[in-house]
This record gives sequence, structure tokens and C-alpha cells, in this order.
Amino acid sequence: MTLDELVETFEFFDDWEDKYRFIIDLGKDLPALPDADKTDAHLIRGCQSQVWLTYKITEGKLAFNMDSDAHIVRGLIAVVLVAIQDRSAAEIQQLDIEGIFGQLDLLAHLSVTRGNGLRAMVSRIKEVARSQPA
Amino acid sequence: MSIRNDFPILSRSSRGRPLVYLDNGATTQKPESVITAIDSYYRQHNANVHRAAHELAEEATALLEDCRNKAQGFVNAAHREEMIFTRGTTEGINLVAQVISERVKPGQDIVISQLEHHSNIVPWQLLAQRTGANIKAIDIHENGDLDLAHATDLITGNTALVAITHISNGLGSINPVAKVIEQAKQGGALTLVDGAQAVLHTSIDVQALDCDFYVFSGHKMFAPTGIGVLYGRLDLLNELPPWQGGGEMIDHVSIESSTYQQAPFRFEAGTPNIAGCAGLGAAFDYITELPMQTLIEQEAELVRRALSGLKQIPGLRLIGEPDDRASVISFLLDGSHPNDVGTLLDQQGIAVRSGHHCNMPLMTRLGIPGTVRASFSLYNNEDDVDALINGVAKAATFL
Repeated sequence: MTLDELVETFEFFDDWEDKYRFIIDLGKDLPALPDADKTDAHLIRGCQSQVWLTYKITEGKLAFNMDSDAHIVRGLIAVVLVAIQDRSAAEIQQLDIEGIFGQLDLLAHLSVTRGNGLRAMVSRIKEVARSQPA
Repeated sequence: MSIRNDFPILSRSSRGRPLVYLDNGATTQKPESVITAIDSYYRQHNANVHRAAHELAEEATALLEDCRNKAQGFVNAAHREEMIFTRGTTEGINLVAQVISERVKPGQDIVISQLEHHSNIVPWQLLAQRTGANIKAIDIHENGDLDLAHATDLITGNTALVAITHISNGLGSINPVAKVIEQAKQGGALTLVDGAQAVLHTSIDVQALDCDFYVFSGHKMFAPTGIGVLYGRLDLLNELPPWQGGGEMIDHVSIESSTYQQAPFRFEAGTPNIAGCAGLGAAFDYITELPMQTLIEQEAELVRRALSGLKQIPGLRLIGEPDDRASVISFLLDGSHPNDVGTLLDQQGIAVRSGHHCNMPLMTRLGIPGTVRASFSLYNNEDDVDALINGVAKAATFL
């Protein structure tokens, strides 16, 4: 799925139920992180649920694997991944990830604390991108 | 009978639906009379207390000291000087942990329970680090009840202090605190009861309990945030050193040294939360005029109704089924995180708490990341309960 397709899909939803069912279903389809990768070192601090992040670089593109113990958060991860997957570190640094959530009208439906967790995810992704040699 | 109309916020909506407020374990809403009391304190009586020689100061002092009298009545203390104003339960516990430092010897035990809120754990850990004491926790039975046999094992002549919650904020268990205090007294230990969740759900009598300290917060009993009460036995309080220095708490000060006031002022350095006392005083008045026994029974009936409805939902697991339960229901939906359920309830205008509830050791003991917690107060009604049951049933279809 591309970001444009995601935005289009979200425009169809006129109530919270459809939106949440869709996010939760996205989360259910997200590949799980192997248990061996669910370590403290991969844990993102500042999220209410547990969120883990690993990544590898192939031919200059970053590939992220993320997982959570909560369904809704897994769905949000799936949305984030659509935006950031298989891009270069420089491209990710330029991305306005929170802006994408605004476009999907998703932040309005997220509580402040969960919003903060999203911010923690975004800042960890940016940190990974920044730490890559140019 | 219903007291809902006394609470202006309960008529607002949330997420486009009527607000269903079931997060009373975190904080309660405020009745009109409390809001008015704070407002009129600032409009008509604002002054600093105890010292100035003018009419406003007299009025402000009267508000504060009347609140102390009401607090004394609320917990049935023998002396008004035993009531110390704090910011809340957490500050009350930290105060006690500071001032008893010299009484705790290396190798002695501080006994708490597996049910404690972090605020009744961490101050004791800090005390243990300062003094070389050990922390021991009374275990619970699988249903969430305190294991009294284990309490008997842990509380010995080597116990410096027993600090235990009156009602568990995570599971709603009502602890047999009088029995635990009796055991502690036999071994000569000091005793503290965390009453944060007990106010409004049971009557409190510190003389009957015979505890040394009892702490609670105003905001969990219709009063504003930032004001709470520490009860301490008077002869003990007057033997203990101050914890914060400043104005109000001194008797005489020279550059080299100072002498201190007796309780309660010894423990109330600086300008107190006078507006908070105006609100807390109004909350005591409000509660005193309520038919508390009827309302507590009504609330217990709502909890029973909620329990029987929730049990019908496939995949719902109650966390903790204490024999004696007050106002709190914790649960999980199989295969989902408590935050998922909390978010899906929030979308339906239902305010609950999801997570570990500042009970991380309890959640670890139960082997779960947290729970969804619905907690009731005296203004909740059957509509709230039915909205909860329907809301959880709906959330279950998403997960």
C-alpha cells in the first residue's frame, strides 16, 4: 500500500468505528518481530504500550521492523511504516511523519498520552536516520 | 437517590456522547459547593494565615482551621492537632518516611504488601537506602486478597514499620487493616495506612484502627487537587523532628539554630494551600450532609451489576476477585492490551484507566502488563454501568 492509497482509504471513513477497525486490521497484518528482538535495547521509551524497533540497511535504504504488544499501536506502526519504509536516511530526515498522521486525521482520535507515544516512535526513527553516515 | 446534579462536569459530553466517568480511582469530580468555596475564597477572603492582624487574615485562618476540625471529625481523631495538611497522600507518606528515619535501624524490616501503589513503595525504598533497612512485601492470594498468614510470618519483633493500603487501587480489595495493625503493634512496629482509595467508600476511624499514621488525598473525595491530610498520633508527632524548614513551623529562630512548634505546625512549613483547604472543608461539609450509608450501598449494587454484566462478555477475564471489594473492577479482554480497550472505550465517551495503575509490582506478581480499570463513585448510576458493559462488548468485537 502507498501513502496516497492510505489517505484515500481514510477519506472514506466517516466514523471512528470504521477507522479503528481498519487500523486494528492493519496491525493484525503487521509481521511480528521475533521474540529474540524484543529486548530492552530495542524498546522505545515514552510509549504507554511496549514498542520495539530494529532496522537494517540494504543498498542505502533503511528497512525497519517494529512491533508492539497493543493492537492499535501495531496499526499505527503499520501506517508509519508505509511512510518510511525503504527510504534513504536523508529522505527519512526530511519526512514530516506527524504531518502524515494529521492528514489521516489520526492524531485527533488519539489520546494525548498515546500521541506522545507516537512522538516517541517518530523521534526514534529520526534518530536512527540521523545516525547513519551520509 | 442521586447526587449527579451537584456535579456540573457530569452533564458535559465526551467524544460527542454523554460522558460516562468511571475513573474515580484516579480522581473524583467536584460538586458545585466545592467549586464555589474555592472561588469565594479568592473573591472574598484571600490572605495569608495565622500571622497578620487584619480581618481578611482572620477569615482565611478560620477557613483553614475549620477544615482541620472537619478533617478530625472525618477520621474520628482524638485531637485536632493530629491533622497535618499535605499536598496529598504521596506527600503524607514521604513526610512520614523522612521524619521516622532515626527510628529505623540497619537490618530492621519495613513491611508493605504486594498490593501497594508506587507512592507506598518508593518512599520506603528511599528510607531503606538511607537506613540499611529491608523491604518485605506481604503476598496476596490468587483472588487478590491479602495473605494474612504471610503477614504473620513477615511481621516480627524486627519490624520497624508496617505500611499498608486500606483499599487496593488496582483490584479494589478491602484489606483487613485492623488485624494487620494489631499484629504490628504486638511487635512494637509503627503503622501507616494509605487511605487514598478508602475515603468515600468506607468509614474511617483512626482510633478504632489504632494506627500511628493515616494518609489520604482531598481530590479523591470531591475536593481539589493539591490538598491532603496526614493523621498522626499526637504524642508520636511531637517526638518526631520536622522535615521541611521555613516559616510557620518554628518557635524561635536565631542565626545559629531554631526551636520548633508542636504538631501540626511543626510539619507545615511555608504558606499552606489555603484555597485547597477552603475546597476540602466544603467537601467535608458536602459529604457530612449526604446519606453516606445509602450511597455506599447503592455504589456496591452498581459494582455488582457491572460485574455480572461484564462476566457475560466472551473473552473477558476479571483481574482480582476479592472477597471484600470496593468500587474498583479490573479486567482484561483475551488477546488484547488494556490500552486497546481503554482507547476503544474512550471513543465511546467512557472514561476508564488502562495500564499498570502505579501498581507495577502487583502486575508483575499477576503476570500481566496491566488492566482496564473501571472505578466508581457515589454519583455513578445504572446508565453508566450499562454504557460500560455495552462499550466493552463493542470493543471486544474490534479485537
